[in-house]
Amino acid sequence: MRIDGKGRIDRTRPVTFTFDGRPYAGYRGDTLASALIANDVRVVGRSFKYHRPRGILTAGSEEPNALVEVVGPANQTPNTRATVQELFEGLVARSQNRWPSLSLDLLEVNDLAAPFLSAGFYYKTFMWPRRFWEGIYEPLIRRAAGLGRLSGKHDEGVYEKAWAHCDLLVIGAGPAGLMAALVAARAGADVILCDESAEMGGRLLSDEGQIDGMPAADWTAAVLAELASLPNLRLMPRTTVTGAYDDGTYGALERVGLHRSPRPNLPRECFWRIVAKRSILAAGALERGIAFQDNDRPGVMLAGSLATYLNRYGVSPGKRVALFANNGSVRATARSLKAAGVEVVAILDSRPDAPDEPGIPVHKGATVLRARGRMGLHSLSFAHEGRVHALEVDCLGVSGGWNPAVHLTCHRNGRPRWSDELAAFVPMEGAVPGMRVAGAAAGSFSTHACLASGAEAARESLAALGRDGGALDLPRAEDAPYRIAPLWTVPGKGRAWLDFANDVTVKDVTLAAQEGFRSVEHMKRYTTQGMAPDQGKSSNVAALAVLADATGRGIPETGTTTFRPPYTPVSIAAMGAGGRGAGFAPQRFLTSDQASRDRAAPMVEAGLWYRPSYFPKPQETTWREACDREVRMVRETVGVSDVSTLGKIDVQGPDAARFLDFVYSNTMSTLPVGKVRYGLMLREDGHVLDDGTCARLGAQHWLITTTTAAAGLVMRHLDFVHQAFCAGWQLRFVSVTEAWAQFAIAGPQARALVASALGRAPELGFMGCAPVTVQGVAGRLFRISFSGEEGYELAVPTRFGEALFRDLVARAETMGGGPYGMEALNVLRIEKGFITHAEIHGRVTAFDIGMEKMVSGKKDCIGKAAAMRPGMQGAARAQMVGLKPLSDDVITAGAHLFAQGVDLGRETSAGYVTSVGYSPTLHSHLALGFLANGRARHGETVRLVDRLRGVDVLCTVTSPVFHDPKGEKLRA
Amino acid sequence: MRLTCPLCGPRDRREFYYYGAAVYLDRPAADAPPEAWDEYLHLRDNPAGVTQDLWYHEQGCGSWLKVTRNTVTHEILAVDAVSAADAAEEAR
Ligand SMILES: [Zn+2]
Repeated sequence: MRIDGKGRIDRTRPVTFTFDGRPYAGYRGDTLASALIANDVRVVGRSFKYHRPRGILTAGSEEPNALVEVVGPANQTPNTRATVQELFEGLVARSQNRWPSLSLDLLEVNDLAAPFLSAGFYYKTFMWPRRFWEGIYEPLIRRAAGLGRLSGKHDEGVYEKAWAHCDLLVIGAGPAGLMAALVAARAGADVILCDESAEMGGRLLSDEGQIDGMPAADWTAAVLAELASLPNLRLMPRTTVTGAYDDGTYGALERVGLHRSPRPNLPRECFWRIVAKRSILAAGALERGIAFQDNDRPGVMLAGSLATYLNRYGVSPGKRVALFANNGSVRATARSLKAAGVEVVAILDSRPDAPDEPGIPVHKGATVLRARGRMGLHSLSFAHEGRVHALEVDCLGVSGGWNPAVHLTCHRNGRPRWSDELAAFVPMEGAVPGMRVAGAAAGSFSTHACLASGAEAARESLAALGRDGGALDLPRAEDAPYRIAPLWTVPGKGRAWLDFANDVTVKDVTLAAQEGFRSVEHMKRYTTQGMAPDQGKSSNVAALAVLADATGRGIPETGTTTFRPPYTPVSIAAMGAGGRGAGFAPQRFLTSDQASRDRAAPMVEAGLWYRPSYFPKPQETTWREACDREVRMVRETVGVSDVSTLGKIDVQGPDAARFLDFVYSNTMSTLPVGKVRYGLMLREDGHVLDDGTCARLGAQHWLITTTTAAAGLVMRHLDFVHQAFCAGWQLRFVSVTEAWAQFAIAGPQARALVASALGRAPELGFMGCAPVTVQGVAGRLFRISFSGEEGYELAVPTRFGEALFRDLVARAETMGGGPYGMEALNVLRIEKGFITHAEIHGRVTAFDIGMEKMVSGKKDCIGKAAAMRPGMQGAARAQMVGLKPLSDDVITAGAHLFAQGVDLGRETSAGYVTSVGYSPTLHSHLALGFLANGRARHGETVRLVDRLRGVDVLCTVTSPVFHDPKGEKLRA
Repeated sequence: MRLTCPLCGPRDRREFYYYGAAVYLDRPAADAPPEAWDEYLHLRDNPAGVTQDLWYHEQGCGSWLKVTRNTVTHEILAVDAVSAADAAEEAR
């Protein structure tokens, strides 16, 4: 119910929403949970295993029960915590894990079968017979498993990711975090203050205490106003720091648009990576419950949340409330409730020496035995001084103590330390380098202690940053002692819940211990305690206290399970923001891209590049027709192709020639200026790294090319060789791949086309290069060929690329030629036996591709020592061959080669096929491949078998050069 | 994880390409025995503790770096450009 005059909600801004299809009203500033409480909705979900009706347990991100589906126009987000979801106009939420409805759930039958569904039920039941695994057990388990549902559609929502850097990251904006941020920001440090809530202040917004003689909320507002005015401090509300990583890097998730009606382009969430020189963890503490029979009934809540709902949201979950605690923290809550007109029936304080409370009955040494009310609490029984009493209440606030939020201190393998005084784990200082822990997260629970430790942590962090914290009068605040007498469970019959989210009871944990799962890690996995979306935030410590008791060990000896990031769930969409579809990888486009698309060329990916596959003519119906035509065009007239994707590296300096001799297997230093040489690079392990051309533009100036695929690899390799082995040599090199657009012009009419474009005949012999002027633009001309025809490559600065491509194609067309794409380029090179990375795939040597003579005997080079070792050459190795089928059947790359008459098998495979294509020149399918002792087997017939695609064809083994074996056309 | 490149300053690990053990800097002479080449090419330690390995500042200055770090604590103990050591050697 709503309480007049209380809360920080904006009562002038009513908001309507629906829950399970029914319309409700709340206010701006409500969470979905507080609005449901205002509307007296008590059951908000069904439990995971037994489908028991459940209500709201907490007021924070640790909520195990109130998980709902939030339905948007393009999204359906399951397992949204109603306690975190802010209310907005038109919010549509649905309960989960029930069928057909929240009030009637047929799987509640599980609750009656509970005696059979104890810890390890799945392990024990779904084991035998083995043949039931796939057909029966798995579908059964899958139907029952899981909580919320996804929409089944693509998530069209917008997400962001971003980086931030600061001197000091303060995590949590309660009293300790605010104080720390204030001290650090006043001293001039660059500070980021993150808080997971919409409004900063933490528990100061839930308390009615005083700071410096003013209400805590007013003090908070004044501090926030000052912080907001400082340019060196960034406030990040709605931002949960989810992980602490190496070297001061933190992950954080910001809810950017989840709290308002969806708008196009407004991100739902932003995943931050924050790099901080220092950090202060001021994440507060999380309350825990006490287990007793049926303590999961709707209306049984954690006591601290009652104060939050009352003072922050102006609602009370009950009209007649009792409090059950083993510590003094519920007293302020009791006073607040009473002052607001809520009937506080009793405080059941398990401590025999508990203090009195004016105006409220306190039963000292009392324990709650049982809660009653399946769809909502209506009464409870409790034991006091040896007698059982009944109490009619509709809400019970329970406090079993507070656990400092140590999670982030453990993300780098740190373990928390047990404190007997607090009956809780506290952080180990120094567990995360550069991180200080302050306030309740460090076990300092009073407001005064929080303010003091926040200021102290800030001063120490500032000192580490080389700054002076200055003098500061600490504000005055309450300093009440936190006295706790541990009580984890109330003994008795029936089931007492520890982990509400995964339905784990005290009995389950005890049973796990009896069955030998005595380690806390084993107990966790056997019972699934702490494995739900809430990761056991409110149940872990109690569960291991029960385990410690059952195994006769202390809690410190029992230890905790491992805290891993993220602290709260992070959507994959936020972490991978921008990476969907075309955002998955960068796209590189040629200068001729639009010109190719204008000609309806389908584009194909080559690494990150997009290259034209072929250039269809209107009458052509298949890619093969276009490809065959383009191959014939190059062989008979002239073709133009964009080859700018090849890596280009400009090498200069007095030692450039010496360096190239070292990285190429063959000798480059003897090459005259104005000439180009084909070159082979090896890896240090003796295998082929890459091939390409090396042009000497001047005495100390070289331009080398790499394959498209290996451009980055070669650059990295050259940088390594230079920096690691010959850093003192006088040379520099840089990638100029994107600086030049380069076009291959190939065919019998190539020279005529180049002459037409340049306005003069190119006086260039085979493997020559020269500077040229192309219609007023300074360019470079190379006479090299990857097609086997007379070929040139003409390069101009990138900005002239598109114009030159269109010009060359237009000139080619007047000569009966035109553009050709990747398909034709591939067929042309297969016909000539030219290799690509299909052949030099990382496991072949220079010998294997017939280039052993290119490993110079006169000099050392990278890879030479290994290439000379036994086994790197010889008859036993698979050597590159050509393959020509005896029939018209299609052959495939990836097929294996077998001698005729042998059984097909892995052991009898004599080789494999790397490239295939149909040659319109030879009117036959052709292949390149590797065959054991292949060079001695030309003329032999082998079987080409691809079992995946049902290919089994006889082929003749040939030289890999099918077309113009003497290279006469090339040199024409 | 962050590495402090001697040229560029502290940067996130996503800017770097990891290669392997720094053993790869100690290239044997061309005529060294096969055992030396085998060791150099193929044999690597897998230490729990301090190790040295090679990283390439691929999305930065293109420096190859020798990083001294602890595989147990994730501490970065030193980051040196491999060329600095080599050039100094050459000068002597
Ligand atoms: Zn750098």
